[in-house]
Amino acid sequence: MPTVNRMGFWLGSTAPLNAFSMHPALSIILFTTLSGAGLGLAAVIGLFGHPDGSAVVPQLPLLPAAVCALLLTGGGLVCSLFHLRRPTRAWRALSQWRSSWLSREGILAPAAMLALAALVFLDQYRLTVGLILFLLCLGATYATSMIYAQLRAVPAWNTPQTALLFLAFAAAGGLLTAATLASFLPDTPGLQAIDDRFLIAATLAILFAWAIQALWWRRLDKVGTGASTPETATQLGAIGPVRLLEPPHTGSNYLLDEMGHKIARRHATKLRHIALTAGGLIPIALLLLTQMSGTTPGITLLALPAHLAGVAISRWLFFAEARHTVTLYYS
Amino acid sequence: MTSLPASTDRRLGLVIDLDICVGCQACVVNCKAWNTGGYGAPLADSEPWGENPSGAWLNRVHGFEAGTGNAAAIIHFPKSCLHCDDAPCVTVCPTGASIKRSEDGIVLVDEAKCMGCGLCAWACPYGAREMDPAEGVMKKCTLCVDRIYNENLPEIDREPACVRTCPANARHFGDFDDPDSPVSRLTRERGGVDLMPEQATRPVNKYLLPTERDGAAKLEADGFNLADYADREPHGILAWVDRALERI
Repeated sequence: MPTVNRMGFWLGSTAPLNAFSMHPALSIILFTTLSGAGLGLAAVIGLFGHPDGSAVVPQLPLLPAAVCALLLTGGGLVCSLFHLRRPTRAWRALSQWRSSWLSREGILAPAAMLALAALVFLDQYRLTVGLILFLLCLGATYATSMIYAQLRAVPAWNTPQTALLFLAFAAAGGLLTAATLASFLPDTPGLQAIDDRFLIAATLAILFAWAIQALWWRRLDKVGTGASTPETATQLGAIGPVRLLEPPHTGSNYLLDEMGHKIARRHATKLRHIALTAGGLIPIALLLLTQMSGTTPGITLLALPAHLAGVAISRWLFFAEARHTVTLYYS
Repeated sequence: MTSLPASTDRRLGLVIDLDICVGCQACVVNCKAWNTGGYGAPLADSEPWGENPSGAWLNRVHGFEAGTGNAAAIIHFPKSCLHCDDAPCVTVCPTGASIKRSEDGIVLVDEAKCMGCGLCAWACPYGAREMDPAEGVMKKCTLCVDRIYNENLPEIDREPACVRTCPANARHFGDFDDPDSPVSRLTRERGGVDLMPEQATRPVNKYLLPTERDGAAKLEADGFNLADYADREPHGILAWVDRALERI
């Protein structure tokens, strides 16, 4: 029987130590982490960046915010290209929006970047453009999440919670980046000290995102390979329990490299704690510190890299703890 | 278009008889041989003679052990693309490379369009798709589309390479929409089953399960357990030899 990891008293991973998992590719971890935050920031700009909204959030410096959002989103998309074996054909991914969430993501994310560029660089500050930008960001992030959430073959991902998770972290990353940028402009003429509402919104969004992550982890620990078992995979269950006697080949193969990845998951529980601390507790502490100390530009600057690092670790776990049903033919 | 056709004119696929398969791997080898020389780019390997040989294969035979005690059985289990009616690998494809043909239901990859993202391989619950290590495009069973319609081949060879080569006749090819085809009759008479029906992929390929062995039931009834004979302690003169050898 596989040993079960029960080291953690809280958020303790119950993934079997010797189980297969999805391959956590750096390109995709960076893509979902960076683009998520970038689209979140773009959505914040869409909602609050137009002149009518400037009374609501005076501190959001539009130009730096837009540049940040474009760099994060675009950087993430460039990272995702490294996951392709034939990146020169990536343009074809724009064609299948009728059926494919990956195609929809490939259309919506650049469309959001275009809308943002139009809004900021072409001085098209209008409520409608802002709303369109917000909806494009929402759609792009949702499409990203559905690339994973649609896969029945990976039961850990196949839940609406995955969409909620990606949306919550996009909001948290976006609001935190916006608060960070806002904290740098305390002395700009006409602007007051850091708007507390921004800090509060970022704090609440980060809290919410990690609460969703904790729930998602709880579900993951129970779901395993879902309704599928070696017995349903082979339909040999009537004879009795099924186990692999002879693998179909002596070496590894693409399926095992990609979906039957074996990594030491001894540290899964520790990594969950590290992700939560870096991505949640530290940024919240820094945000509260900023709020209490009034204007302290720069404190929040530490919060952003900590948050992104924490999210990246949680995204590593997103793959490294998820099991694909093809592994049932190998166990 | 990577939307699935509402229905297909024919439903071509395989019946795989687990009662008959002897695990000789001939179908695996002939599949590789045909598909590395036939349609599309060669079916490549990486380090075939090196330290970590690996490569793309469209058909693999696993060996499973099922059951315990007298009922325990070893089953050779060939596995290739099931050409599902609700193929999740097709709809996830962002480039239009992955298609299910409306004329015969074969699921194919257009290698000129594939960007090698690998999402279709993630979407397939069965592991029917493998990335070509040299070409960087997704490969899968074509149901030997370049054999079954190929008029340059003698008629007897116009079936998938795995079916043609199977020395035990464990693999059968045909149209599941034709109720009188051998595959439809086999499925009906032997109770052909879907793999992982809970994944709701509606596979076209069917598996015929091993028939129950009457010998096992008789052994069970006689209170006989083969396992008792597996690791027997020596008796009589052999026991004496055993003890003597221990002491030396």
